[in-house]
Order: sequence, then C-alpha cells, then structure tokens
Amino acid sequence: MLETPQQGDVILSVEDVSLSFGGVKALNSVTFDIRKGEIRAIIGPNGAGKSSMLNVINGFYHPQHGTITYKGKTRSQMRPHEAASQGIARTFQNIALFKGMTTLDNIMTGRNLKMKTNMFWQALYMGPAKREEMQNREAVEHIIDFLDIQAIRKKPVGKLPYGLQKRVELGRALAAEPDLLLLDEPMAGMNSEEKEDMSRFIIDVNTEFGTTIVLIEHDMSVVMDISDRVVVLDYGKQLADGLPNEIRANQEVIDAYLGISHD
Amino acid sequence: MSVDDTFPKLLERNARSFSHSPAIREKEFGIWQTWNWSQVSVEVQALANGLAAMGFKRGDKLFIIGTNHPRMYWAICAAQSLGGIPVPTYQDAVVEELIYVVDHAEVRFAIAEDQEQVDKLLQVCEQGGTIEQIIYDDERGLRDYDPERVHSFVSVQQKGRDYAAANPGAYANAIAQGSGSDIAVLLYTSGTTGRPKGVVLTHESLIFGSARVAELENLSVEDSVMAYLPMAWIVDHFLCYTLAYYTGYCVCCPESESTLLHDKIEIGPSFHFTSPRVLEGQRTDIITRMEDAAGLKQKLFNFFVDHASKFGIDIHSGKSVGFKNRFLYWLGEIYAYGPLRNALGYTKTRITWTAGEAIGPDMFDFYRSIGINLKQVYGQTEAGPFLTAQPHDAVRSDTVGVPLADVDVKIDDNGEVIFRSPGAFAEYYKNPDATRDAKNSEGWILTGDAGLFDSEGQLKIIDRIKDVGALSDGSLFAPKFIENKLKFFAHILEAVTFGHQRDQVTAMINIDLIAVGNWAERRNIAYASYQELAARPEVYSIVQESIEQVNMDLSRDEMLSNSQITRFVILHKELDADDGELTRTRKVRRRIIAERYDGLIDALYDQNQKRISVETEVTFEDGRKGSISGDLEIRDTKTFQSAKKAS
Repeated sequence: MLETPQQGDVILSVEDVSLSFGGVKALNSVTFDIRKGEIRAIIGPNGAGKSSMLNVINGFYHPQHGTITYKGKTRSQMRPHEAASQGIARTFQNIALFKGMTTLDNIMTGRNLKMKTNMFWQALYMGPAKREEMQNREAVEHIIDFLDIQAIRKKPVGKLPYGLQKRVELGRALAAEPDLLLLDEPMAGMNSEEKEDMSRFIIDVNTEFGTTIVLIEHDMSVVMDISDRVVVLDYGKQLADGLPNEIRANQEVIDAYLGISHD
Repeated sequence: MSVDDTFPKLLERNARSFSHSPAIREKEFGIWQTWNWSQVSVEVQALANGLAAMGFKRGDKLFIIGTNHPRMYWAICAAQSLGGIPVPTYQDAVVEELIYVVDHAEVRFAIAEDQEQVDKLLQVCEQGGTIEQIIYDDERGLRDYDPERVHSFVSVQQKGRDYAAANPGAYANAIAQGSGSDIAVLLYTSGTTGRPKGVVLTHESLIFGSARVAELENLSVEDSVMAYLPMAWIVDHFLCYTLAYYTGYCVCCPESESTLLHDKIEIGPSFHFTSPRVLEGQRTDIITRMEDAAGLKQKLFNFFVDHASKFGIDIHSGKSVGFKNRFLYWLGEIYAYGPLRNALGYTKTRITWTAGEAIGPDMFDFYRSIGINLKQVYGQTEAGPFLTAQPHDAVRSDTVGVPLADVDVKIDDNGEVIFRSPGAFAEYYKNPDATRDAKNSEGWILTGDAGLFDSEGQLKIIDRIKDVGALSDGSLFAPKFIENKLKFFAHILEAVTFGHQRDQVTAMINIDLIAVGNWAERRNIAYASYQELAARPEVYSIVQESIEQVNMDLSRDEMLSNSQITRFVILHKELDADDGELTRTRKVRRRIIAERYDGLIDALYDQNQKRISVETEVTFEDGRKGSISGDLEIRDTKTFQSAKKAS
C-alpha cells in the first residue's frame, strides 16, 4: 500500500467532453488528463463548471459529447456505484455526512464496498462477518490515526465544528482505499489554520498512500502550493492547463479571475 | 547473589518474576495495546543492540524528545543498559533551547517522536549541534529523509537483532557492567533563572526513592499509573519509569493529549499524580457544567456536594457522624460522588498525589470529601525527587507532610528548607560551581524554599527563599504566599505581587477566562476576547472583592499584616511561557516580568495614575512576534487594620 507514487502513466483522460443542461452549456469541449500519483487542481470562478466536471468523472452526470478513459477503459456512461467500485471516491462541497452517526460509523460506511458477507452473517455477527468487521475496523482506525481525530471517534458528527466534519468526510473517502480521490472544495469556509491542516493531510494522503487526487479549490494560494498541475475552466470552457507557475503567469487566467477592463 | 542495582537489571528481574504482568499499555487504533514485562525486555534488548550496532558507547547520551509513548520509555532503558545516559527533554522546547542542552550534554544520539521533533533536531544539527544519529518513532512524513542520519525505530531494532545474532551475550555483558553508582539519567531543570542545569541522578539514588515511596503507599505489581506528564520532568521519570521498574506496576500511555481524560476513565489508574492547576481546572469545569444542568440534577448535585463538604472528610477518616448523615452520604455516593469520580477517572484510584504548587483549602476539601484520597507531597529534581509525603491519617491542605524514611529535612537559620538523602542528586552536569553552591558547609542540600515545621512535625512551604523579601519598613513580604491566596479564587488564574523594598504591596492579575467568561455570560456581559473581558469594570469589581478578602485574611496574620494589597491591575494578556513570563512548568518568572512591565509597575506605585496604556510584545505558537496594547485601569483596594494593632 505504501509504495512511492510513480507520476507518469495517465490514469484518467477527459477528451473533448461537453455537457449541457437544456440550453446551458456547463462544459464545452474540455480535454485534459490526470496522471497517476499527482495532485491535479481544477480552478475557475463561480459557475465555471468545476463541480460538473467532478460529477462527470465519477459518473453522476453523463456528457452528451466526448469520452472519458479511466485505467485504459473508455466509456461514455458509468454509474456512480460503478465508479466507486473501480476506485474513485469523493467528498462534497457541502458536507454530506450522516449527522446523527459517530465519526467512527461514518468512516465505516466508506468501507461498505469492501464488505462481502451477507446480511444473515452480519446480523448474527459471527464467523466471516465478524472477521470482516474486525478487518474493516482496523483499516478505519488507521485512518482515524492518520487524520488525528481520535478524540472525536465516538462523537456524533453533527455536533462537530465544520473543519472537523470536513476531515471526517475525507476519512470516509479514504476508507474506500481509492485510486483516484476527488475533493470538491475541501477548504471552503475554513480559517487559515484549518486550511493549513487540511493541505497537510492532502499532501500526506498523496505521498503516503500514493493516491491520485483531483482537487477543486477557490483559494489560489493553496492550489498553487500543493498541486502538481492545474486546469482552469471558465464558463464551461477550458482556459489553460499547466504547471502552477505557468498558470500564475497566464494572461487569460488573470483576466478571468481579476476581470478585464473594457475601455 | 546478584543485586538488582540498576534499572536494566530490574527489567530482567521483572521479565523473570512478573513475565505475564502488564508492564506498559498504550491506546492505539482505539484499542489498549499491552506489553508484558517479558515483551518489554525483548523490545528494549533489540533497541539497545541496535544502538550498539550504530556505535553507541558507554557514557554516550541518548537525547529523548517526544510525548509519552512506550518506545520513548524503552529508549531510556536501552540507553542505560549500554551504560549510556538518557536525556529526556521537554517536547515543546524550541530549537534555541535544544541547542544549549545538546551542546552541553554532548549528545550524539537522539530519539524523536515524529517528524515535528526530527525537523527540530535537524535544525539543531544545521546550527552546529553535535547530534549524529536520529531515531524516530512515528514514520509519517519521514520517508524521504537522509537515511544515513535518520532511522526508523523498527529498522534500528532490526539492526539490533542482527547485531545480537553476531554478538551473542553482548547485551547481558553490557548490563552486568552497570552498577548502582552509574549515572541513570540527566534531567535538565527548566529553571526560574538562568541557563538550565543538568541534574545527574544515579541508579542507586532513584532506586532508594522508589523503594521509600513504594513502601509508603504499598505499591505493587497490581497497581497502575497514567503516563501523561512531560517526560523531561523528574516526576514523570520517577512515576512512569523508575517506580514502575521497581514495583513492576503498569504504565498506561494515552492515545493523544486530547483523549487523555477519556483514556484515564477507561483505565482508572490506582495511583495518580496531578497538579493543583489541573484539579482547579477540573473543579471549575464541573461547577460551570453543573450550572448548565437540568434543575433537578443541579439541586441533587448541590445538596450532595454540600452534604459531603460537611461530613465527607469525617466519614473518610472514620469519625462518627450519626446514622442519618452516613445514610445521606451513602445515597450521595450513588447519585453524585461515585459518578463524579468516574467522570474524572478516579473510580479505581487508591492514592492521588499532588505537588508543585500550594493548593486552596476549599478545593482540597472538595476533592477529599467526594472520596478522592488526595495527598500532598514535596520534593524537587535534586532530591530525586520526593522528600516528604502526608501520612494517611494526617492530610491537610496547608502542609506537605513528614519526611520519608531515611531522609533528613530541617530548617536552616535563614528559614530555608534543607535536606540530606541517599536519594539526592550526584551533581550538576559539568557545573562544579553550581554543585558547590547547592550545598551548605555541612553537606546539606539547599532547596531554595522557605518553610517551617508545624506542631505535628509536618513541613509547611511558604515561598521561594529568594523571593521572600521585606517591605521598606522591614516587615516580611512573601509574594507567592499572597499570590496563592489570590489564586484560590476561581476567577483568578495567575497573580504577581510586588512589594520588596517598597512601602506597600501591589498586584498584577490574570483572570481565568473559563470561569470569568461563564460568569459574564450569565450576566449578559458581552466580550470578544480575553483583553476585552479583563478590562470590564464588573470584572474589576469581583477581583477587587477577592483581593479585599485576602487583605482581611492577611490582617489577621501577625507577620504579614503589612503585606495587604493596596492597588492592582488586571493584565491585558495572559502570562505565557512562550513569552518567557512563565517557566514550562508554569511558574512565574518574577525578574522577567519586572523587566517587561516596568512601566506598569511604576504606575502601580504612582498614586496619581488611574490608567496606563501599555504595549507588550508577544510570541505566537509558530515563533512569530506581534504586540498587544491596551489601556488599563488601576484600582485601589481597601486594607484592614491588623488584628494585633486593633487590640
């Protein structure tokens, strides 16, 4: 599990993808790829189509045009649960945890796909079901240790501060042991200390587990610090794709973010 | 017959005699992981051999920096078994502090808990530190570090197993070479003044201390203790290492600092050491939380706690209080005291020790009345560490007990507590001058504390001897004594008094943000920060009331009636160890405070000045500096005529 990530092979490529809702073009001929082991950021102003792009990648939306190649297999349609079983996990812009359940139970739900025994054995909590539960609990405990959330293990997540809930959500995504992790604004609404913590965890996930990460984020300084390559969207169109330094210097990107004078 | 005169030899004995008894536990991955004594022996042996393979020699120092984890404790024994000297260090020490200790102790080997500590040690190396090899416990984030210099704990143990295969008997030989007079540990004291001093303690002195304490409190292999104090502090070293190896009892390491209370509730240690500060915080917490509880619960709680305060202590000391009161206490045990003890993690605790600071009588009685066997002890690093302890039948809030067996304690002519003990330190490392200064001409060791023996032979500590001063009229001024009286009030967290060679006593106060914050909330007093709350006139008034009560108290004391506080100010920031105002063990550093706040102190003595604006530099946790400024009110307080003069 802990081999050094080899950046290089393309794990997922998006080719000429267009998506529209009625007359609204959410994505317009977007093309980029994601290499194994990298942290790939998708940035853009509000309504640029960033979340739509994530939803296309994990199969929630189906693009009208274009193809997506994941681990060498090209597909036009994939259901979210298929995406999940093939190693794609995600977190959401507005936290989607089970508020009444504890941190531990929430992260355990991330192991759902790893559980193979049937309801009969699980209800009896015997034999294979018990062994399986113990293995999964162990994996979850490693994640709790990794994210340093031991103190809230048994607390209902609804009562936790926002920053911690975000961390629990990351934990749940990690529990699926994904090859590709999609993070939708993991730092939205955080203060700078929480952002630093979260950045640290994202980098650690990437280096320790070799997980490929796709990140949507508004905070430019965070994006430039932690990502290997950045793709920029604006009104569904792809403005630029490149290294953080190149993006920082790109005039079109500056215009999209800072506005252009019209005189 | 071989004598178990060193800790590695005691480990071998424990591995033989208590092989299946738990030696150390650590909560990890949500489960208590346990190592018995024979497993600990195997782990220590592998680490020691690994160190030997890396070139660790007799007399080498092993620098230990991190929080309480089994591997950190094993490192102590591994170093000792090779005739080396462990140097545990405060884990929150900054690089500059580390450089001094590393250079002074000529450290070549270090073991660090995690990446944070390794980074600090590498910085020490960059700035010319003598460290050659670093071993780390938690592997996270350390994969890409220089493998020539930075090694994982597991890899060192593996080296050790290979080394043992090639050199059978090396470990046993190394242990056999050790003797009781060898240096067991080098502990740098945080020191209220000047550079830290390295206190050298030998195996025999620590074993002496362990034996006395084990006898006194009947400690055995059945007992358990929580490991949560800084490893560099003698008390942690004594309770979680030397006493554990001597008695064979079990040391329990919490999962993390934030889970400590929860982990303690699960373990219920039978022997516990806590500080008045923690007890104070817990009581404040209990009271504030009960104020939020439902009406009936609150009434029951208040009734039973009140009942306990009247009869609890008598009941626990076996006095007759009548059937009705005993019955009510029994009910209280079911509804209040038992659950409360459980919520604090004291369900199985036989003995609780507290030391380090004076303890308020109210608070002391509160804990004892609900059935927590709280006792005061006294000691210092140089004494290895305990000198006195309270016997079971004579526990008081204002004394620290009688000397341990074979320990001589007496009061010098100037009022200073001095002692002679087989447990005393050997010397200050590479500092013969300080070593000489620590002893008087007859070889008694000076504690630096002013004290006296009461009529029952119990020692009473008044203050640091160097802090005891005189007012300009020559009457005694004992600042800590007064400050402690102030700190017994829940809303005063810290107090610093001035008066040496002045005509009157003034005070600088830090309020307790939790207690006062809660008080303010109940009165609809809005505040956004410590600074804002501290400046509220209402807060000034409650502090003034407390000071006047203390003045009333002082007026009854013949020697101290002139020390009544005439003026005070509530400080705009909390005193902080990062700013050098407190030591790492949270003791007030008077000289530094006097320098930093000289303008403020002058204003306290200028009767015409009712307000003063101050600006103070502060250090943030990441080392950056900033400043806080404020416009502070100075208030006058009422003083009382001394009882003696009045009569």
